[in-house]
Amino acid sequence: MEPILSVEHLSVSFTRYRRGLSRAELSAIRDLSLTVEPGQVAAVAGESGSGKSLLAHAILHILPRNAKAGGSILYDGAPLTPDRAAALRGREISLIPQGITYLDPLLTVGAQLRRGRTDPDTRSRCRKVLERYGLGAETEGLYPFQLSGGMARRVLIAAAVLDSPRLIVADEPTPGLDVKSARRVLGHFRELAEQGAGVLFITHDLKLALSVADKLVVLREGRTVDELPAADFRRGQGLTHPYTRALWQAMPEHRLW
Amino acid sequence: MKHRLQFTAKKLVRMALLLLGVSLTAFLLMDASPLDPLRTNIGQAALGTMSPEQVARLEDYWGVNTPAAERYLGWLSSALRGDLGVSLLYRQPVLTVIGQRLAVSVWLLVFAWALSGALGLALGVLAGSRRGRWPDRLIRGTCLILYSTPSFWLALVLLMIFSVWLRVLPIGLSVPIGGTADSVTLLERLHHAVLPALTLSVAGLPGVALHTREKTADVMDSDYVLFSRARGERGILRRHVVPNVLLPAMTLQFASVGEIIGSSVLVEQVFSYPGLGQAAVSAGLGGDMPLLLGITVITAALVFGGNLTADLLYGVLDPRIRRGAAKG
Repeated sequence: MEPILSVEHLSVSFTRYRRGLSRAELSAIRDLSLTVEPGQVAAVAGESGSGKSLLAHAILHILPRNAKAGGSILYDGAPLTPDRAAALRGREISLIPQGITYLDPLLTVGAQLRRGRTDPDTRSRCRKVLERYGLGAETEGLYPFQLSGGMARRVLIAAAVLDSPRLIVADEPTPGLDVKSARRVLGHFRELAEQGAGVLFITHDLKLALSVADKLVVLREGRTVDELPAADFRRGQGLTHPYTRALWQAMPEHRLW
Repeated sequence: MKHRLQFTAKKLVRMALLLLGVSLTAFLLMDASPLDPLRTNIGQAALGTMSPEQVARLEDYWGVNTPAAERYLGWLSSALRGDLGVSLLYRQPVLTVIGQRLAVSVWLLVFAWALSGALGLALGVLAGSRRGRWPDRLIRGTCLILYSTPSFWLALVLLMIFSVWLRVLPIGLSVPIGGTADSVTLLERLHHAVLPALTLSVAGLPGVALHTREKTADVMDSDYVLFSRARGERGILRRHVVPNVLLPAMTLQFASVGEIIGSSVLVEQVFSYPGLGQAAVSAGLGGDMPLLLGITVITAALVFGGNLTADLLYGVLDPRIRRGAAKG
């Protein structure tokens, strides 16, 4: 199937001023390539500092101003230019961010989900999408500080799927959740993929990634090390790359000694 | 509601203690002043021509021979009954003097407070949302220069430019010289208030603007603004940035009442503007204990009132405090 998203040789670097006026280029992502197909959950796994969040921000073109991106990102077969990304953000491409700090502390959940619109159609869609994640109508009137960790996570997912996006970029959406809630969140991803969306699931939790993903992309120090079907990794077969093999062996259930 | 009442009661107790401490400190400082009220107010030459009885009467009037503790306690016990005494310099009840002076100063203070607040906020948001670009550099540079400029020096410079060189604004006082009180028009009053009000506003502006700029920059970097961009929202500045900046800015604005009153003392002195600040200076230098304590207590209460307003407004405007308090 034609991929909905393909990232080719992406690089992201920062310009920083060091002491005095000397400038330093700091590479965060060096050579990152991956593809996501519609109906597929692609998990991007990598240790912290491997540039995972920046990947999400680069796709949405919301990198900080001092960041420079190279390589190319294709969405639906065409290059994702800044203008095109701006037009698609929040409509066809959605971000599920890491946690509650991504909600404005002074606005109610409903007001944030609706993005300032008050027409009846937006209102009913907002109500429906919250219901879908087991959040009652009263949630709309709550402020972010009144949400529990699990509720906040579901609100963020609801915000992402309000417009039925075709590509969902989930950036570490599970830390801080207990196993049961985390599994439920992942269940929602699976469901979204089954409805035809492509899901890019960014995580450092390999085990969790494997429980939901169709495909596994292994990152290390800002580079794609390996891209393989998740089923292969689960069985431990066809692991050609030494780093991937080392990762597989590092998982507790695969230790033989 | 119960929480709000408790909060207010606690604040009022604190205010009583504060006023007690402030009045005592002002009294002790004045008592330690090396200025002899007789010599400053009557003059060495006049004193020399007086008989010892006359001098003794004057010493009694200025309270030179009464022990400090007795004078303070005497003042305190009448003050508690609502009587702030009679000004020794003006020979009028202290409250009357303060009322007259405050009526002159209040428009100056309110104007400077509102202008520096509104303009500071606008410039701060502008600079913070365009960090590193030219509007930011221009605003920040100007504010840093103004911030390090003493207000009385600024007053002198403005006087030189507008009153001495350009001759468009009066050099001092709150009304034209040589007219009767009822012949003064509102326009003339405004004309005389322009320079002091401008000086005060400019003195207060950079603090508000620089603080707002930092806060705006923080909010622009926040996760929730990033997420709003990721969701393709429009009007992020108005919907997310301004409300989140406004809340701390408001606290600062109400807390700045003290600074405005403080700089008004110097500014009114430079412009010979007969307001509360100038009265405070003459009371301090002239050994007018009741007037100085009266002004100190009333301005301290005003400053406290400003901070209290900020606290109460915070509780109303910030949902985290409003809802949190309602629950607990």
